Amino acid sequence: MGEVIVVTSGKGGVGKTTTTANLGTGLAKLNKKVVLIDTDIGLRNLDVVMGLENRIVYNLVDVIEGNCKRNQALIKDKKYESLFLLPAAQTKDKTSVTPEQMKKLTDELKEEFDYIILDCPAGIEQGFKNAIAGADRALVVTTPEVSAVRDADRIIGLLEANEIKNPQLIVNRLRPDMIKRGDMMSAEDVVDILAVELIGQVPDDENIVVATNNGEPLVGDNSLAGQAYMNICRRVTGENVPFLDLDSKKGLFSWLRKK
Amino acid sequence: MKITDIFKKKSSSDVAKDRLKLVLVSDRASCSPELMQRIRSDIIEVLSKYAEIDMDGIDINFTQMDAEDNTGKTLPALYANIPIKNMNHNVK
Repeated sequence: MGEVIVVTSGKGGVGKTTTTANLGTGLAKLNKKVVLIDTDIGLRNLDVVMGLENRIVYNLVDVIEGNCKRNQALIKDKKYESLFLLPAAQTKDKTSVTPEQMKKLTDELKEEFDYIILDCPAGIEQGFKNAIAGADRALVVTTPEVSAVRDADRIIGLLEANEIKNPQLIVNRLRPDMIKRGDMMSAEDVVDILAVELIGQVPDDENIVVATNNGEPLVGDNSLAGQAYMNICRRVTGENVPFLDLDSKKGLFSWLRKK
Repeated sequence: MKITDIFKKKSSSDVAKDRLKLVLVSDRASCSPELMQRIRSDIIEVLSKYAEIDMDGIDINFTQMDAEDNTGKTLPALYANIPIKNMNHNVK
């Protein structure tokens, strides 16, 4: 029986879609059978981040409305046999799907996949309610900024009110140099404020932009962000992985010594 | 605390943390700043009948308080510090 994980944040632009893409690809690298669902109907993006935008025939709304069979709408990844994407519809809106329909769909997918990962839209309205309807577990993405942390707190409250207990936190776009000089909150500061479990800290890494340009998630490569995402995937599967030292300025030698 | 700390400006990440903590307390208590302002002025109005209040020293805010049943949960609580200059004894 698979697990349904929703990736959410409240605030837009903090890296939900990038996180979803890397999480899915990383779990597929770990030989898990994974399906990613873009629930951001009307503003779909997961397809371009995954580099699968040219293969879309059917979408989430088609599946819900019965215009096609479920498996016809699942797009197989370019590299990984066990990774699939169910894209959002681009010409419909969030009300095309109800939370009950989403729950039914994810319940069915659980029979077939190890992980069903839902990319949640920003906001707390219908799209959010759809995305969390069938979720067993939630990953909350935030950046170390007051606005994003505030929204994350609101989302955590709403998740708990909807019986999704113990959401786990990913702090994205950390800059060790700024943290060091006291101009950015650290992941620990954010955890301290939100009082939830930390499952990932991802550095602000320009390789992410390059990866998105190419439509190939960087999880598992040598970049700091790639390693950070791979560690998150391992933690999702239950492995106990220590957090990376994000301060790359220390140089290669101290990094090697640590290994 | 070192003497040099007095001259040091608070770092912007500390400012961020302090501001966040305050804003989250009122978010979690679902109390808007307008409502807070009304509670504040009502408390002042009532107390002013009986005493002269030091308006500059007033501090009324929502905070978090540990629940009494030791479950580790926190509850919103109203914290008020209102310095009194003089009691007004001739109230009828």
